[in-house]
Amino acid sequence: MSRRRLSLAVVCAVLVVLCTVPALGAQKVTITFGNFSAGSDNEATLAAMKAAFEKANPDIEVKLHSTGYGEYFRLLQTQIAGGTAPDCYELNYENFVAFAAKNALVDLGPLAKTTGVSFSGYDANALDAFKYNGKQFGVPGSYSVVLLFYNKDLFDQAKIPYPNDDWTWNDVIEAGKKIRALGDDIFGIYQPVQFWEFYKTIAQNGGSLFNGDQTKFTVNSPENIEALQYMVDKVIKHNIQPTEAQKSGQGDWDIFAAGKVGMIVTGNWAFTFMKDAAKCRWDVAVEPGNTQKGCHFFSNGYVINESSKKQEAALRWITWLSSSQESSMLRVEAGWETPPVSDESVINAYVAQRPPENRKAVFDSLKYLVTPPVIEQFNEMAAIVDLQLEKAREGEKTPQQALDDAQRELEQKIKL
Amino acid sequence: MYIGKGRQRQTTIMAFLAPTVLGFLVFSFIPILRSLYLSFTSWDILQPAEWVGLENYRILLGSEEFWRVMRNTAEYIVLYVPLMLIMSLGLASLLNREFRGVGAYKVLFFLPVLTSWVAGSLIWRWILNHKYGLVNILLGYIGIEGPPWLDHRLWAMPGIVLASVWKDVGFFALIFLGALKGINLEYYEAAEIDGASRWAKFRYITLPLVSPTTFFVTITSIINSFQVFAQVQIMTNGGPAGATQVIMERIYKYAFQFFKMGYASALSWVLFAIILVITLVQWHLQKRWVFYDG
Repeated sequence: MSRRRLSLAVVCAVLVVLCTVPALGAQKVTITFGNFSAGSDNEATLAAMKAAFEKANPDIEVKLHSTGYGEYFRLLQTQIAGGTAPDCYELNYENFVAFAAKNALVDLGPLAKTTGVSFSGYDANALDAFKYNGKQFGVPGSYSVVLLFYNKDLFDQAKIPYPNDDWTWNDVIEAGKKIRALGDDIFGIYQPVQFWEFYKTIAQNGGSLFNGDQTKFTVNSPENIEALQYMVDKVIKHNIQPTEAQKSGQGDWDIFAAGKVGMIVTGNWAFTFMKDAAKCRWDVAVEPGNTQKGCHFFSNGYVINESSKKQEAALRWITWLSSSQESSMLRVEAGWETPPVSDESVINAYVAQRPPENRKAVFDSLKYLVTPPVIEQFNEMAAIVDLQLEKAREGEKTPQQALDDAQRELEQKIKL
Repeated sequence: MYIGKGRQRQTTIMAFLAPTVLGFLVFSFIPILRSLYLSFTSWDILQPAEWVGLENYRILLGSEEFWRVMRNTAEYIVLYVPLMLIMSLGLASLLNREFRGVGAYKVLFFLPVLTSWVAGSLIWRWILNHKYGLVNILLGYIGIEGPPWLDHRLWAMPGIVLASVWKDVGFFALIFLGALKGINLEYYEAAEIDGASRWAKFRYITLPLVSPTTFFVTITSIINSFQVFAQVQIMTNGGPAGATQVIMERIYKYAFQFFKMGYASALSWVLFAIILVITLVQWHLQKRWVFYDG
C-alpha cells in the first residue's frame, strides 16, 4: 500500500471514530424493540408511545423493529440463533413459556430491584400470567378476552330476548334455530371448530386437556367429548352454523358485519373493525357456558433478551410502555386491546367508550378466565388437536373417535 | 476477450467464478451438509443441538402422519403429472401451427410461469370459491353443480392441481414446442403419401420423436411435485382436515412452528432419498420408451 493511500485510510478511520463520539458524549443508550401486535392499525400509536417515552427519558433512544405476526416468530428465532435478537421484544403468552423454558429470557425480578422499577401498577391476573417457575420473566403488554357478539336486529326479527350473562349452551342452540329460520342464507352462530375454541369450550364443561398436575393428557374425557359434540352439532346436526362450504371462504367478521349471522364468538380486538363495518345494531355479552362459565384470556407481553447488554434501559422502556398512565391512555384511545393496569381512571376510560354498549363485559369476563394451556411443545400440540377437530367438523369421525385419535398421537409425540 | 494463458488463465477463470461458487457453498452446499448432521440431533434453534442418533428417522418412519402425508403427495403427483403432460403437449401442438397472433398466445400462456405463486394462489382461491368462483359459475352454465373445491377433503387436492397446471403448463409447453419444431417435416410427408391418418402421424411420428423431451419433462415435473409447497401453504394450509398436507408443508411446520429442526432435517433427507430412488428407476426404465434417434 502506498504512503498516500495509507494516510487516506487513516483519515477515514478517524472520521468514522469522530462520528460516533457525540453519541458517547451524551451517554445516550439505544435499545431495540421487536414487536408484532401494533400491526398497521396501531403503528402510529406505538410511534406516539415511543416519542412520549423518549421525551420523558432523554437518555434512552428506542428503535422499533416492527414485523407482521405471520413472519415475526420465524424472524425472532433466526435472530436469537444468530445472536442478533432485539434487546427487548414482544411475545404472545403461548410462545412466552417456550422461550422462558429454553432460557432465552432475563428474570426481571432482580433486574427491577437494581433498576428501581416497580410492578405495582399492573393488574394482578395479567402480571401473574408472565411468571414461569415462580419467576417474573416478562410483563404483560396488553390483554384481550373473547365475547359473544350478537346482532340485535336479527334477535328482534326472531322475537327472542338478547343474550345475557346467565345464558348456557342450550340457549345458544335454541336462539340459533330461531334465527336460522329467518332465511336460507341467515345463520344462528359462528364459533370456529379449532384448538383455541376447543380448550375453552371444554373448560365450560368442566373438562381439561391435562390432569391436575399436568403430567398426562385427558383429551378424550367424557366432558371433552360432550363439548366437542356441542361444537360439531351446531354445524352438522342443527346447521345453525355454516359448514365451511356454506361459508365459502368468507371471514366470520365479514358475515357478522353483513348481518348474515346472529352471533359470533370472537375477541374484543374486533371492536374497532365492527365499529366501522357492521351494518347492524350489535352488542356483546359474557360468553355462555355449560356446567360453568369460561372465557378466553389472551395476553401479549414484553420480555428482555437474555444476552442483551442494555437490560436496565430495556426494562425501563417495557414497563413504561405497558403500565404508565400516559401509554395506557394512548392505548385506550386507539382501541388497541386492553391495557393490563389496575389504574381505575384507565379502566373507566375504556368502559366509557362506545360501541359496544356493554363494554363492561370485558372486565366481567375476567372472573371466568381460561388461559391458554401452554407447554413447551404448544404449537405442535395445537396442530395435532386441530387436525382431529377438523375431521370431526367434516363429519369424517365422531367426536369420540377424533379425540381418541388425538389423545393417542399426543401421548406419542408431546412431552409434558 | 483475452484472459491470459496457463496458470494466469486459470486464476482469471476462478476469480470470475468465485462469487457464484462462494454463494453456492455458503448458502446451499454447506447448509445441506449441515442439515444431514442436524437430522441426527434434536436441535430446537434456541438451545445447542443434542446428538440423538437415528431417533428422528425411527419416529418418522413409524409415524402414521408421515405415511398419510406421502399418500397426499402421491395423490398430487398422480393427478398433476399426466394432466400437465397432456395439456402441455396439446398446447405445444396448437402453438406449433402457423396462424395469426400465435406469438401473442405464446406470451399469454407463458405469463402464469412468471407470476408469483403468492398472487396466483390468492386469485385461485377465489376462482375455486364454492359460491362465487369462476369455475363453479362456468360449470353452472352447463348444468353441473360445482363442488366446494378447497373446502372439501376430496376436492381440495384436485383444486390445487388445477392451479398448478395453469401455472406450469406454459413452461413445459415451451419445451415441447422446441422439440416439435425440431422434427423433420419429411417424415410427415412420407407418411401422408402412405395414407396415414392424423392420429397415426401423431402416434407413430410425433410421440416417439418428442419422447426424450417427454422423459425430461416427466422427471423434472415429478421432482418438482414432491416439493409442492407454496400453493398448498396459501390455498389450503394443509386443510381441510389434513387432506392436502404434503411433505414440504410438514417440513416447514416442524422447522419453523414446532421448533424441531432436527426432525425437519430428517424429513428433508428422507424426501431427498425418495426423489433419488424414483429418478434412478425412471432413468433405467427409459430404455423401454425413449427414442433418441431423431
